[in-house]
Amino acid sequence: MPLTPAITDLAALKDHPAVARLRSWNSAAVEAAKFDRDEMTIYIERSCIREACVILRDDPTCPFNYLSDVTCVDWYPSQPRFEVVYSLLSIPNKERVRLKVRLDNDNPAVESVTSVWPSANYFEREVFDLFGIRFTGHPYLRRIQMPEDWEGHPLRKDYPVEGYR
Amino acid sequence: MILNMGPQHPSTHGVLRLILEIDGETVVRLMPDIGYLHTGIEKTCEAKFYQQVVPLTDRIDYLCPMTNNLCYALAVEKLLGLEIPPKAQWLRVMMNELTRINSHLVWLGTHAMDIGALTVFLYCFREREDVLRLFEAISGQRMMTSYFRIGGVALEPPLGFFDRVRDFANRFPSKVDEYENLLTGNPIWTMRTKGVARITAEDAIALGASGPTLRGSGVDFDLRRDMPYSGYENFKFKVPVSQDGDVFARYICRVQELRESIGIVQQALDGMPEGPIKADAPKVVLPDREKMKTQMEALIYHFKIITEGFAVPAGEVYQAVESPRGEMGYYVVSDGTAKPYRVHMRAACLANLQLLPKMCEGRLLADVVAAIGSIDIVLGEIDR
Repeated sequence: MPLTPAITDLAALKDHPAVARLRSWNSAAVEAAKFDRDEMTIYIERSCIREACVILRDDPTCPFNYLSDVTCVDWYPSQPRFEVVYSLLSIPNKERVRLKVRLDNDNPAVESVTSVWPSANYFEREVFDLFGIRFTGHPYLRRIQMPEDWEGHPLRKDYPVEGYR
Repeated sequence: MILNMGPQHPSTHGVLRLILEIDGETVVRLMPDIGYLHTGIEKTCEAKFYQQVVPLTDRIDYLCPMTNNLCYALAVEKLLGLEIPPKAQWLRVMMNELTRINSHLVWLGTHAMDIGALTVFLYCFREREDVLRLFEAISGQRMMTSYFRIGGVALEPPLGFFDRVRDFANRFPSKVDEYENLLTGNPIWTMRTKGVARITAEDAIALGASGPTLRGSGVDFDLRRDMPYSGYENFKFKVPVSQDGDVFARYICRVQELRESIGIVQQALDGMPEGPIKADAPKVVLPDREKMKTQMEALIYHFKIITEGFAVPAGEVYQAVESPRGEMGYYVVSDGTAKPYRVHMRAACLANLQLLPKMCEGRLLADVVAAIGSIDIVLGEIDR
């Protein structure tokens, strides 16, 4: 199966149910979209992420009721530096969609989705621990993998693989 | 009273620490504390070539190495747009199901031992040994197999291997009967497990449960059947679901899965296609030893793959497979070079562990042990 080029034109993707649903709710919430390798990625405006998740979770036709994963990618040194990645799954419709929020280097913070899915708790703590992204409204934002007194965030690209000696 | 359970406690299956606030024998609050086994595998992956990550994936979840190999290989193959020959796919399915049996046997033995049924452990490890011998025969390793590679599998199965698998598959169902004889109707077992650590379907979905933990709560969802990968759509199997949501329900789901898995192994043996075991992609898949000695081109490809890896087109994929514990997902980001820009593992256990406070709070301290066993945690996967 040879690779087909990614579709990044929002106008061409506006019929995808998740994109259509989000745009009918708030057209400013969807910054961009990408369809690549059979996977849908939607870039969400930073301040809208929690509400966008609620909209997708409660969508009557295609409820993305399950949060598979929250993680982050560091694109250091380019800006905006961080991409927080949410993998959503619809158990009734057997479909996946990926939401992304772009954050810049100074004060990377985004609203927590723990009130939408309690499962985000550990995932967001891990992103906080390893990337230093703050999730506002998180009930217990403490380090989870690294020791409490650890300095730095190991999965950032400017953190050496061997650590600081 | 605040009580520390673990990190060195035999029933926590590794180094899980639970901070328990108890009132007499009742658990008021429970808080898992993890990270004792954190080895930074995600960071290490970023410094390796794509093919060098495969052995690392074994070490995440040491009870199901092949499931992790499979998930990573599928993710990178999707990034590359690589087609896998049918024989490799069937071999992968077969080995993957044997891995599930291996993992479930360790779970059943240790879980029963935690609750006090010591005998089951010996029975389970007897069959587990058979599975590990099969692993050794096909890959040279008992536990850290690294058998699935990007583009196929590492080696052609040795002579007589399929006969050994068939022999095991014929024997195994009667062994599952033995385990069930020891446990399913056992009054002590049912008293310790029925109605214990209940979780509703809504809670299970909201807290991110997957695998038998989700199906034990009555949610009929299995990635192998519902979002098939690696040729699972060619196999017929039932997905065991139980409505009760307690420890016993999760136990029943997993024991039924043992029977279904051996059915899939048998189907794979019956229908094993002929053909190559590696994809026809000389820039990605290492050439045969024989070709390397006779063909200049093969030697060059071999040298290039080993010394500078292979470039993967830029992009990102999230590939999920049904591991014995639930949804194992690999999120791989490529920036077009020979090293992955980011590899993230979605650990099923990490999400399942979040159910533990809900299961245990307000219940007896002794039930905590049953609850931990019932979500089948592997700390290597949680901490990575």
